[in-house]
Amino acid sequence: MIGKPDIAVKIGAIEMKNPVMVASGTFGYGPEYAGLIDLNRLGAIVVKGISLEPHEGNPTPRIVEVASGIVNAIGLQNPGVAGFVDTYMKFLRGFDTPVIVNIWGRTVEEYAEVAKRLSDVEGVAGLEVNISCPNIKEGGIAFGTDPKMTEEVITAVRKATDLTIIPKLSAAVTDIGQFAKIAENCGSDAISLINSLPSLVIDVGKRKPALANTIGGLTGPAIRPVAVKLVWQAASAVEIPVIGMGGITSGGSALEFIIAGASAVAVGTATFTDPSTVLSVIDGIEAYLIENGLGSIGEIVGSLDLPAAGTPNF
Amino acid sequence: MKIEQGRVLRHEELKGGYRLLSIEVPAIAKAVGPGQFIHLQVPKLAESVLRRPFSVLDADDTSLSVIFKIVGKGTAALTYAEQGDEISIMGPLGQRFPQAREGTLPLLIGGGYGVAPLHFFAKRSPVKGIMMVGSSSKSHILCAEEFRMLEWDFRISTEDGSMGMKGRVTDLVEDWVGQGKADATPVIYSCGPHGMLKAIAEMAKKHGWKAWLSMDRNMACGVGACLACVQKVKKGDKIEYVRVCKEGPVFDASDIIWE
Ligand SMILES: Cc1cc2nc3c(=O)[nH]c(=O)nc-3n(C[C@H](O)[C@H](O)[C@H](O)COP(=O)(O)OP(=O)(O)OC[C@H]3O[C@@H](n4cnc5c(N)ncnc54)[C@H](O)[C@@H]3O)c2cc1C
Ligand SMILES: Cc1cc2nc3c(=O)[nH]c(=O)nc-3n(C[C@H](O)[C@H](O)[C@H](O)COP(=O)(O)O)c2cc1C
Ligand code: FES
Repeated sequence: MIGKPDIAVKIGAIEMKNPVMVASGTFGYGPEYAGLIDLNRLGAIVVKGISLEPHEGNPTPRIVEVASGIVNAIGLQNPGVAGFVDTYMKFLRGFDTPVIVNIWGRTVEEYAEVAKRLSDVEGVAGLEVNISCPNIKEGGIAFGTDPKMTEEVITAVRKATDLTIIPKLSAAVTDIGQFAKIAENCGSDAISLINSLPSLVIDVGKRKPALANTIGGLTGPAIRPVAVKLVWQAASAVEIPVIGMGGITSGGSALEFIIAGASAVAVGTATFTDPSTVLSVIDGIEAYLIENGLGSIGEIVGSLDLPAAGTPNF
Repeated sequence: MKIEQGRVLRHEELKGGYRLLSIEVPAIAKAVGPGQFIHLQVPKLAESVLRRPFSVLDADDTSLSVIFKIVGKGTAALTYAEQGDEISIMGPLGQRFPQAREGTLPLLIGGGYGVAPLHFFAKRSPVKGIMMVGSSSKSHILCAEEFRMLEWDFRISTEDGSMGMKGRVTDLVEDWVGQGKADATPVIYSCGPHGMLKAIAEMAKKHGWKAWLSMDRNMACGVGACLACVQKVKKGDKIEYVRVCKEGPVFDASDIIWE
């Protein structure tokens, strides 16, 4: 009988006590859920996307439920980098959990400037660079679906900071491996995926879009098989760690991502159903390792047992 | 704020398609106040990822109750909740209505499920006042008996004239103003359909009355984390989006930017 399995992971310079974080935009800035779960147990906290200046976001309705998921168009409302640091960093430093700040900009310069300003903030462990938000006109997905712009943004952010950087890739591309490679070549410490999938929900009675922004992003269990496939492809293309997310609701669904090649995972939409999901995901992963007599999480990362038929057809 | 596994005590049909659900959920029931809401996970609702928000109608030391009507798949599934069923409740959420002060006249104005938080308010209020309910027809008037038992002046308007005054609830208010019986300054507390709340905000402004409105928005997290539920408000000299689930659902009518 072996002891407790080792589930600690390292993403760039970030030491995580377990591989499970909360996904950006689904966990606010931390205090919102602090009364319901122990933030010290999380692998990392990834906060809602931050831009250089405060941003108002989209009109309402901003959210609609669909089968096994939701479509949202929040539009990256946030208090700006200064507002975020002043209001939330003191609180976040009070926990034994790394803080990853999700950042976005309307221009390459803005991305770099936000990264620079967060570099010297005590308690910021890393930056997740959102180049994949489907819900805003400028920035976001426009960067993540164009190889040249992806390269420019990541290169600029890399120059601006020594923090661990994690570009968050868009799923709305033909060849995810290509974008994963670009991220790696530009000096990223890791990559994360997937962001929400561009979607349209129609109110048939009114013949109008259900969301005020028309287009939104689909998340939740509905996107999991798509996300697992993309994580698998991305992880096959690069050496840097991959953080997988999209519809995780349990230890089992997180393990799909890990077996596909993710070194860590994030729980998003499932937190809305039950805020303690992220904790049961941690426990579920640990239980799986014990049941299978495995000593560490590393033993199953990318352990997908493919049929002997040769290279699968992407 | 907590998540507590509740148990259905009672589930019955009321008038006008409304239903009453009473749930044993001691910690949350003890803590909840008028105007606050709970986020309820509809049992056995396959493929659903979101909880549903409901205002509290009444609460004591062990249980609380809500009223609801079928408007979609969640509320339809909720009609199958039976006595003894387990049900996950998150709450209490949001801000309360401020308590009515001595020397003021609380004027409660409700429509649809909006009577629920107003009933809870009246029950806990140290000052009695007037409750006005507006609806399309007689069969939709809820809680009349409860308000009379609390010895509140209960007035009704129906659009088809089947009960009380024929017209809208704002007509009822103007009618009451015309009678000139107010000997204290009214303070409005209201919950109901968007159009009604907007009309009440305009009316309150016209008369120079304070009005507290409980707003309704599609929600996801219910705790302020996702920014789905925002309302545009004046904050000092700025206009910004605030969260209905956290800074609301109760707002000062004069702060609201109507879109
Ligand atoms: C603070 C607050 C208090 C409320 N109190 C009550 C109450 O006491 N009684 C009552 O009957 N209803 C109340 N509602 C409205 C109630 O939450 C919705 O009717 C319910 O969520 C509809 O769910 P559904 O699955 O049947 O509808 P669907 O239309 O199938 O729901 C799809 C999604 O839209 C959301 N949604 C749909 N309509 C509304 C709405 N009007 N408000 C918020 N979200 C909505 C649902 O929550 C769900 O996520 C309240 C809403 C809020 C915000
Ligand atoms: C309401 C909401 C807001 C989000 N906001 C952001 C954001 O600000 N930045 C970002 O990179 N991703 C954002 N996301 C995407 C999530 O971080 C995550 O990639 C996605 O939801 C997939 O995971 P899930 O299916 O577990 O939710 C948001 C998702 C939701 C549902
Ligand atoms: S419902 Fe998530 S912030 Fe209000």
